[in-house]
Order: sequence, then structure tokens, then C-alpha cells
Amino acid sequence: MQLSGAEITIRCLEAEGVEYVFGYPGGAVLHIYDALFTQDKVRHILVRHEQAALHAADAYARATGRPGVALVTSGPGVTNAVTGIATAYMDSIPMVIISGQVPTPAIGLDAFQEVDTVGITRPCVKHNFLVKQVEDLATTMKKAFHVASTGRPGPVLVDIPKDVSQHMAEFLYPDSVSMRSYSPALRGDPAAIQAAVDMLLEARRPMVYVGGGAILGNASGQVTQLVKDLGFPCTNTLMGLGAYPATDPQFVGMLGMHGTYEANLAMQHCDVLLAIGARFDDRVIGNPRHFYSEGRRIIHVDIDPSSISKRVRVDVPIVGDLSHVLREMQTLLDASKKRPDDAALKEWWKQIGEWRGRNCLAYDRSSAIIKPQFVVEKLYEVTRGDAIVTSDVGQHQMWAAQYINLTSPRRWLNSGGLGTMGFGLPAAMGAQLAFPDETVACVTGEASIQMCIQELSTCKQYHLPVKVINLNNRYLGMVRQWQQILHGNRYSESYMDALPDFVKLAESYGHVGVRVENPADVEPAMREAFALKDRVVFMDFMTDQTENVFPMVKAGQGLTEMLMGAEDL
Amino acid sequence: MEDHQQPMRHILSLLLENESGALSRVAGLFSARGYNIESLTVAPTEDPTLSRMTIVTSGSEEVIEQITKQLNKLIDVVKVFDLNEGRHIERELMLVKVRAEGVVREEIKRTVDIFRGRIIDVTEKTYTVELTGPRDKLDAFLEAMDKRFILETVRTGSSGIGRGEWILRA
Ligand SMILES: Cc1ncc(C[n+]2csc(CCOP(=O)(O)OP(=O)(O)O)c2C)c(N)n1
Repeated sequence: MQLSGAEITIRCLEAEGVEYVFGYPGGAVLHIYDALFTQDKVRHILVRHEQAALHAADAYARATGRPGVALVTSGPGVTNAVTGIATAYMDSIPMVIISGQVPTPAIGLDAFQEVDTVGITRPCVKHNFLVKQVEDLATTMKKAFHVASTGRPGPVLVDIPKDVSQHMAEFLYPDSVSMRSYSPALRGDPAAIQAAVDMLLEARRPMVYVGGGAILGNASGQVTQLVKDLGFPCTNTLMGLGAYPATDPQFVGMLGMHGTYEANLAMQHCDVLLAIGARFDDRVIGNPRHFYSEGRRIIHVDIDPSSISKRVRVDVPIVGDLSHVLREMQTLLDASKKRPDDAALKEWWKQIGEWRGRNCLAYDRSSAIIKPQFVVEKLYEVTRGDAIVTSDVGQHQMWAAQYINLTSPRRWLNSGGLGTMGFGLPAAMGAQLAFPDETVACVTGEASIQMCIQELSTCKQYHLPVKVINLNNRYLGMVRQWQQILHGNRYSESYMDALPDFVKLAESYGHVGVRVENPADVEPAMREAFALKDRVVFMDFMTDQTENVFPMVKAGQGLTEMLMGAEDL
Repeated sequence: MEDHQQPMRHILSLLLENESGALSRVAGLFSARGYNIESLTVAPTEDPTLSRMTIVTSGSEEVIEQITKQLNKLIDVVKVFDLNEGRHIERELMLVKVRAEGVVREEIKRTVDIFRGRIIDVTEKTYTVELTGPRDKLDAFLEAMDKRFILETVRTGSSGIGRGEWILRA
């Protein structure tokens, strides 16, 4: 059957089982919007800014594991989307972005709303395509979904000129595609897997370090089984939270710049480190030279060979799909008669217990001003740890990561790699659409929330009853913290002046707004808010302006050179 | 990655899809990640869907390993070989226009002959010389020439190929 390029685009989405497209129309995509109008299989969510379309689609992907889809027009539509594309790229999120382009004869002539989309997005996509003729469209779409969702996932952009979306072609969606230049490894090298298992069984001070790859690779079940079986301590990165259950005694907390004392020390002093789907980035291991100063053997399992030995040289590299590799490891382990040295392990746990005794996440619970940590703890309690939590970027993000004990994957959605303020609210929308019956909470700050606040309108239109937890400290808190610690208390441009009345603002969008000023009101307000199942509730908590996130490893410092609290400043 | 080694010159040979964006993806990767490019050549192969690219770069073993991995990760790149890993041949083409008047005309001709170059264009006042060889041979020729006579040089950058049965195919 002959279909227009626009119809083909939508039929491809349908064939991929896409439920939602997050987007914003404009001239170059009018044919595609027309094709959307005449069908009811793929639902379009009209956001209020293209950045939000990307974040919402991205969060949909993070929460479900299926590629998120966004649709934007040429020129400003694309440039507005770039922040969202880069956010997804840095966190390896599978997405397909469809962008309109000026008609092919106009390309290169500085036509109205023309930008070099393929050029602008090249450094922040896994791959991109410019479709030059309608006959290539269906295959290109198939390739886009294939590349986005296999191997190390990532965003793939398909740029469709307006005339291509108008021209007619026979529609035939291929069942599969093979690309001679793209075939991600699946199975790890058996010899390396055996070497890894031997090394793990010889360890006296082992440590397991789990990153976002374990979640992306749906390997958290295998991670948990392996760690439980071995009796080893385990830490998750910011992106890995939920991969290993935080409520388990073998979990030593998140590691890194704002990681726990015990996680960072165990990371530094272990003798065998098993890194799973993680990338040893600067926020996680601090200064690599300091990290090297302590000898340890490293096993690194990752789907992306370029992540291995990039910042830290490893001893046993294993490239492969995490669940495959971990299953193989488990099989070898089950078959082996050897067990980890019990006495050594006991000694190591004793040491870790002492580090834990520092109680590094303690804070002042008798404060008359609301402590942000207290709000996050209450959020955890009131939702019984059962909410999907999205976050923006700043101190509130770190407190959410520290005080919410995630027990399962894909329920903590945050921008870890790019650190994009504005992510939280649109991400909550994407998660709520993916799981309409779940509780979705967005932990944010008064600065971050204003970067995509217009999405309160989208929440209204599509009845997305997300709960906004605004930790309002009237500061770009994380910036203020760095200025206090690293720039001699010179608070340059970090005070958030002229704030709106968030309660009235929420109300004007048709939502419920609440301001909470006293610690005693935190829990009751939250209970009331979460009881309003079908409403957006914007909770504006007036929190302590001077609170800092601890522990803290200053940028460039060693992982164990932690500031533990105000007394260290 | 902590680097203690001296950077070394490497010749990377790539097969990539002969598509419009492929070159900019490779070039973009080098600039975005701060890798060094000494030269880059590219042209289609006997299979018109494939291009062959030679990149001359330098870096420590670790950096070269990263470059190779990152190149392999590009969707348009079909294969990457580090020619330094085996016996290989490197050739570059250079065109040099020299001022050739009066007495030096003969002297220039002799130097060209020594380097097995060819004079491919002659005017009353100039010679245009064609020379192929490994990079150092071309460098040596330029050094042997009196700088005052060199009007223009055009170099293609190195192309490389493995020796004997070492064959790079898709
Ligand atoms: C788009 C963007 N711009 C700037 C920054 C730098 N930045 C990181 S945290 C932060 C402050 C965030 O303030 P707020 O949202 O109020 O959160 P708080 O740190 O106070 O909890 C800033 C400006 C960023 N991460 N993203």
C-alpha cells in the first residue's frame, strides 16, 4: 500500500509498540502531526517546551526499559531538544527522536527554521540519520529502534525533511535489520569470566561496585544473587541505585562525591573490586591517582569496550551483556568447591562495621527549621519506599539519593551524567504515563523546578497526578555549598531572589499547593498530599538555608578525603 | 587515564560506510575527545558502499586503545586496524612547485632524480615535482631543497596498507 512518509513514520511507531510520543508541532512536522491525527494507536503528549518532551520520553524509557519517543520540529524545536538529548546520551537511555527538517531542496540555503540537526546533535546521540528519500524511511526507523535499544543503549535521531514526510512510498516494515558495522557483543569471554570467578574467590577484602549499566541491562536480579551468594559488600552509584537493594545489610550505601563513609573507604581499601556496568567517572572515584595509590585488582564487566580501562586500568576486562556474563559467573561459582575465605571476610566486615559506626548520614533531628534530609526521610516513610522518585539536580538530588532506600531498579530517575536541572518534573510525567497506578514523586529545588515549571500545565491536561516535593532553601543550594567550601563564602549569584508564591502558582495551573514551614507539619502534610491520588500536589517545604550535603569529596580530591560535616569546614 | 608513556605515532586504517556523515563523525570524535590527528585521507574502495580511511595519530598505548575503541563504537565504522600491529607500507603523495630559473634548474632536477621524483609540469620559471614515499622521505626532500625555491607544497597525508596476506576487508 502506498503511504505518505508521515503515515509511514507513525506506522513504524505502531509496529514498534510505541504507546506515547512526547512532542511539539511546527511547520516541518505538520504532515506527521496530520498523520497522528487520523489514528488512535500512538498517543501524543503535548508538552510545553521541547526539552520536557525529551525528558519525559527519557524517563518513560528509564522506568519501562522500552525506548522513549519524542517528536520535534526543525530549527528551534531541535535546539530546544538538545539538552534533553544530551541528558539521555550521558545516561545511555534508549530513545528515538524524530525531528522535522526543511524540505530537501531547501537544505543548505538557510531556509526558515533550518539548522544542521545532524551536525548539532552528532556529539550527543548514539547515532543519527537524515532521511533523504521516502523509500528509505521505514528501514531507517527500524535501524533507529535497533541501535537505540541494543548494546549500550542511547538516543538515536531521525531527521525527516518535510517533502520526505509528504512523498508516497510502499510501506513495508522490516522484521529485523542487520548492519555490518554494528553488532554489540553479547557473551563475555569464557576465560575472562573464569579468571574473574577465581579472583573473587581469592579475595580477602572484596567489594562490588554497581553502576547504571546493571539497571539498563536488566541485571539487578543477577547482581543481587551473586552478591548475596558471595557475602560481599556492595555499593551502587547514583545511576545504579535500586540495582542492589538498599535495605539489605550487605549494602554499604552509595559511593562517590557524596557517598557514604563506609562505601568510599571500602572502595579504596578493597583488594578485589568487581565493577558491574559502571565507568569509574570523576564523581565516583575522585582523583584517579589517589585511587591508584592503593593496589587492588579490578574485574570490570561492561557492554561497552570503550568504558573499560578508560579512566582506570583494569585487570580482568569482560565485555558482554551483563545478565549473560553474571549468569555465567554464577554458574561457575555454583560449580566451584571453593568458597571465599570466611575468616578474612569476617575481618573485612568488622572493619566495614567500624566505618559504618561513623553514622555519616546523621543530621540534626531536633532542628526547629525543616531539615531537607528530614523531608526526604518522611517521603520515604509515607510512601513506604514504594514511589517512583524523580529528581532534579542539586543538593536535593543527593539527599534523595542518600535517604531513600531503593529496593528495586527503574524507580529512581535522575540525570546523573549531564546533571540537567529541569529534568525532574517532565521525568515524573513520563513515569506517571508509563505507570498510571503508581505513586510518582519529584524531589526538586526552587531553582531546578523553575527550569521546566511550565509542565505543570501538561500535568493538568493529561491528568498526571505527580507529587512535587520542593526543598525550598532560596538558594542554588549546591552552588552555594561549593562557594562556601571552595570560594570563601562568596555567594556569587546563588541566591534565588524574587521567587514566585509556589502555592498560588500551582493553584493557577489548577493543582493543589501547600506550603510547609514547621518540622511537625512535614509528615501530616505529606500524608494528606499522597492521599490525593488524582491530583497534582505541589509541596513547598521551607528548608534550612545553610544545610550542606555530607560526606563530600571535593572535586579533584581522593575518594577517602571526605568532609564529614560542618566541623570539617 | 594516567599516562606515563611517550606518545607514539600510529597509523590507523578504517573501513567505513561510504555515507555523507561518516567523515564528520570520525573527525568530530577526534576533536571532541582531544585526540591528535597528523593526517587523514579517505576515498571510496572497489566496493562503492565502503570508504577506506587512513588516520595518522599519536598517543600512548592507552590513548591509542581508547581511540580504536571509540572509532569502533561509531555506527558508520565497519573495521579498524592499527597498522603498527603488523608489517605495513606507508605512502604519501606530494606535489611541490619550485622556482627553477637559470643555474639552479639543473641542480633541482638532480635532487628530484635522487629522490626518484618526477617533474610533471615545466614552465620557463617553475618546475612542479611529484614525489611519493613514506612521510620521512618527503620531509627529507623538502629539507634537501633550498627553502627559497619552494613556492608551494601539497601533500595528501599518508595512506597505509598491510604487507602480504594481511588484508583488511569488511
Ligand atoms: C541546566 C543547569 N544549569 C546549571 C547547573 C549548575 N547547578 C548545579 S546544582 C545547581 C543549583 C540547584 O539549585 P536548586 O534546584 O534550588 O537545588 P538545591 O541545590 O538548592 O537543592 C546549579 C545551578 C545545572 N546542573 N544545570
